[in-house]
Amino acid sequence: MSKHHITATVNGEAVEFLCETQATLLDVLRDELGLTGAKEGCGSGDCGACSVMLNGRLVCSCLVLGCEVDGHSIDTIEGVAEGAVLHPLQQVFLEEAALQCGICTPGIIVAAKALLEKNTDPSEEEIRYWLAGNLCRCTGYDKIIRAVQKAATVMREA
Amino acid sequence: MGNEENQYKVIGTRPIRPDGVDKVTGRAAFGADFSLPGTIVGRVLRSPHAHARIKSIDAKLALALPGVRAMVTGADFPELPDEITAGGEAPVNFRDVSHNVMARAKALYEGHAVAAVAATTAAIAEQALALIKVEYEVLPHVIDVRDAAADGAPVLHETMFTSGVEPAPKKPSNVAGRTEMGLGNVEEGFAAADVTVEREYTTQAVHQGYIEPHACVASVTTDGQATVWSTSQGQFMVREFCSRLLGMDRAAIRVVPSEIGGGFGGKTTVYLEPLAIALAKKSGKPVKMVMTRDEVFRATGPTSGASMKVKLGAKRDGTLTAGDMTLYYQAGAFAGGPAMLGCMTGFAPYALTNARAVGYDVVSNRPKAAAYRAPGAPMAAFAVESAMDELAQKLGMDPIELRLKNAAKKGTRAIYGVKFPEIGFVETLEAAKKHPHYSAPLGPNQARGVASGFWFNIGGQSSAAVHVNEDGTAEVVTGNPDIGGSRASMAMMAAEVLGIEYSKVKPTVGDTGQIGYSFLTGGSRVTFATGKAVCEAAQATVNELRARAAKLWECPIEDVEWKDGAAHPVGGQTDTRTVLSLAELAESAAKTGGPISGAVGINAAGAGAGFGTQICDVEIDPETGKVTVLRYTVVQDVGRAIHPAYVEGQLQGGAVQGIGWALNEEYVYDGNGRLDNPGFLDYRMPVASDLPMIDTVMIEVPNPGHPFGVRGVGETPIVPPLAAVANAVSRAAKVRLADLPISPPRLLAALDGK
Amino acid sequence: MINFAIPTSVDEAVGLLARANGSGRVLAGGTDLLVQLRAGRVSPGIIVDIKRIPDLKAVRHEAGGLRVGAAVSGAELAEHAEVQKHWPGVLEAARLIGSTQVQGRASLGGNLCNASPAADSVPALIAAGVTCTIAGPDGRREVAVEDVVTGPGKTSLAAGEFVVDFLLPARGARTSDAYQRFIPRTEMDIAVVGAAVCLALDANGTVSAARVALGAVAPTVRLVPAAGAALVGTKLEDAALARLAAAASAACDPINDKRGTIEFRTRVAGVLARRVAVLAYDRARSKA
Repeated sequence: MSKHHITATVNGEAVEFLCETQATLLDVLRDELGLTGAKEGCGSGDCGACSVMLNGRLVCSCLVLGCEVDGHSIDTIEGVAEGAVLHPLQQVFLEEAALQCGICTPGIIVAAKALLEKNTDPSEEEIRYWLAGNLCRCTGYDKIIRAVQKAATVMREA
Repeated sequence: MGNEENQYKVIGTRPIRPDGVDKVTGRAAFGADFSLPGTIVGRVLRSPHAHARIKSIDAKLALALPGVRAMVTGADFPELPDEITAGGEAPVNFRDVSHNVMARAKALYEGHAVAAVAATTAAIAEQALALIKVEYEVLPHVIDVRDAAADGAPVLHETMFTSGVEPAPKKPSNVAGRTEMGLGNVEEGFAAADVTVEREYTTQAVHQGYIEPHACVASVTTDGQATVWSTSQGQFMVREFCSRLLGMDRAAIRVVPSEIGGGFGGKTTVYLEPLAIALAKKSGKPVKMVMTRDEVFRATGPTSGASMKVKLGAKRDGTLTAGDMTLYYQAGAFAGGPAMLGCMTGFAPYALTNARAVGYDVVSNRPKAAAYRAPGAPMAAFAVESAMDELAQKLGMDPIELRLKNAAKKGTRAIYGVKFPEIGFVETLEAAKKHPHYSAPLGPNQARGVASGFWFNIGGQSSAAVHVNEDGTAEVVTGNPDIGGSRASMAMMAAEVLGIEYSKVKPTVGDTGQIGYSFLTGGSRVTFATGKAVCEAAQATVNELRARAAKLWECPIEDVEWKDGAAHPVGGQTDTRTVLSLAELAESAAKTGGPISGAVGINAAGAGAGFGTQICDVEIDPETGKVTVLRYTVVQDVGRAIHPAYVEGQLQGGAVQGIGWALNEEYVYDGNGRLDNPGFLDYRMPVASDLPMIDTVMIEVPNPGHPFGVRGVGETPIVPPLAAVANAVSRAAKVRLADLPISPPRLLAALDGK
Repeated sequence: MINFAIPTSVDEAVGLLARANGSGRVLAGGTDLLVQLRAGRVSPGIIVDIKRIPDLKAVRHEAGGLRVGAAVSGAELAEHAEVQKHWPGVLEAARLIGSTQVQGRASLGGNLCNASPAADSVPALIAAGVTCTIAGPDGRREVAVEDVVTGPGKTSLAAGEFVVDFLLPARGARTSDAYQRFIPRTEMDIAVVGAAVCLALDANGTVSAARVALGAVAPTVRLVPAAGAALVGTKLEDAALARLAAAASAACDPINDKRGTIEFRTRVAGVLARRVAVLAYDRARSKA
């Protein structure tokens, strides 16, 4: 056996792939499944650019092996918008200019969405600590934090 | 400011950026997101030694490994003349660039590329690297800038004789060059002073810290035509550098820019692209190369650490009488650190009639320094602005008052010779002084710091093309990667000039085959210089639209004026001439002469200097030395904010990078000259929970050199924060912190020693 | 070529690890193992993912306290209200391991067996008197957490053994704990110093028992009996806290490295022990 045959659910769809033991979930998403929205910024769990949901929990996909996820459910940035309709976080990030280069944005949106699903009215401090594992070098975080606060309001009022 | 608020329809609004949806949905393709069918993987073998002679490279075993398709070493790259070529922000020695991307006789720093292989999989490429036998003769190394400049230090380049010194030295050294500039007579100035302050300062090398590692794909056809897809701050820079390093015609290399995941100056040079082209040529396959974060830290350019001395003299009333600074800047393994830029910028905010700045460009066994946001300025500003704070304390003056007393204004001559035109430094100081932040109460162990900063901003060559589409929408093509929202500002300026809605303008970043030469995205130049090109291209398009209307109306073009997106007869409507909208003119283009476009290439002069002032509140923990930034305000003269939200973002992001520089970021080397913190775990950039909101105040003193008054805004905001933070901490700790970063052990030691 | 297995029982995992002759690596949250794999610091023959063994992911009450599976992540642990109520120090330590993303994966078992002197949860587990169950070819054994790690990267686990679960001992009234670490930033750093204190008070608020453990100040996490003794019989008066700080600093045997100096660690260990003791005391006092 040189590769593992894995079956999983990604963004609600059944997928199958082959992977070597060392391949991370991030490698699999990007190289096998063509889902390049999750980025590799560090490969060590320190930047959060590869954030995805694994069975409903926020994880760094660079710290998960592809062969671990057999039978599991994964949600990525590609599944956040519902068809052509952006998620409120995505819409607010655009309106509030909460991105500059955009490389950290997919990870931050996935992470912020996980927060808002757990806590519909987080404080600034809660948002900042929740997102501490998502590095952004461009924005100084100000507009990101404000956008998450505004998205929380939009979602509460929806 | 003021009465011009409603002058524009589009400029100054905050529309959604055109590339935004792709970037919030994960669809935007960054450097590592691109692949071609049949792509193989390139990997680099890097020196484990800080300084070593490469005696031999034996690749037999590696090449014999199944799946290995090509290998390159220094022998595969032509030897270039050792000469300086004028560039945009800084001159370039392409021989050094070539030796930096692939070592020749010596490895000059840990991480220096020694060989590269391409193989069918990453795993095979890694195995191949392990099979390459490199025989090294390890040489003594030197890391610290002062040690490197000292007599008897291990010399990196036997051919390096300090330039700018008379008589020319006969012995090689690590001091690549000395530069000196001045105004008036410094000795007389100090003699006239009532008060002086003098101190030595140090800063550590810091990395730009972009989240996206360097990445590219190169493909070369059998007739030698190369295409490179890469993440960089300039597709034309990549083309030029590869062309020179590989001895290929510019026309034989097409460079397609990907989205760029941060650069901050660090992607204004090449590392992987020449290797990828060489490997693609040898293997006949497209080659993809992506750095690991470890490689980014070990092998790409940080900015210089610095060792500096500053002396200021002033009258009792605060009037500066003299300033003197000496800067030693790390260049990394090759000459060309930004010491001269430090000399030029440090005193720039102040009207000094007696000033001297001496800079030394010093090589050591570190990665070659690269540009980082206002290259060279933050370190010198740290020293000067700290000295200004100390002077204010000594004089018993408010630090903003001291700065106002000496602030550079229109007509002030800077140490590097220019007289400033319209600048807004005083306005930033006045705004900072009356900002509620400046008078807010402080608690125990808390204090407030203020610092100012200057950056030139540059112009330079840019191309732009505007095409009117058949339905009255428009395309804007430019040649600068969009690093933080510039597509939006290009579309906004074009929409303003054309008089159509922003949403009708589609901006595109063209590849090197689709648009004329454009200097890279850097120097805070894109909204200014490329924006100016866009304005001119849009104006040329308007003129063509007027000509088409004149043709239809059978009148001279002078009788047609353009307003609100339509041709109007001068002097109002007549029987035969009504108004022709852009859409109507577009629809009838076939009848009036064919497609309507405007294309220009310019060398933009008149970049407006950027000044800023920042206020920082901190609290220190006297028992642990930890610093918490409580409140932060950035005030800056931005000329004209085309898209204010993205201008604010530049101010906030620059300030936070500076906060990281001040508090925690540094390179840590072990005794063997190996980097000990090559990752985001121990290279401690600010995280979201480290920071407060960053307030911004945009002052608009329009730059007469731009149609809308734009000044570059991206770099100035990183200049003041090092001193703003240090001044706040020094006041809270009641001891001057002159060495960065102000890490907890360093602050605790300073508190002990006071 | 690395093999990979997902056992569904402890015995099956023991068998896989035993057959690997020491080349097996246990995968729980993977937040250390994957980094080591990538850096080439480990090259196991087989990786054994223990997360699908039900007991390893279970949190359940038993007579002696709360049994927590070794692969339970910090985020999962936080969802058990009784952990917050009775073992707040253990929980806050577990919650300090890495980012939100890492919290979704990192486990107490992994944090312990990675054998870093700076592991956040370990001082808290030791201060709280937690024991763990180790399964191996020779059956199961219960050991105190402080007996597991023997040096940086080294444990007392024999080949084929792995940690199955932890027993958080039941706590009476007026007993509580706390953990804090010192890091240069607010998040995302490895502890430069960690301090955990567990205190039991009598009805008058006098400390009747105290355990103090320090992280990142010695080759292994250190239980410091002298520091605990400094608090017993006191109400954390200034003199007692000064004795605690001195004892904590005296117990340090740190190194200079990129994260901190000997001098800094030694000094801040005392500061932190004092602050954490006050926090634990307040918690114990408010817990009738």
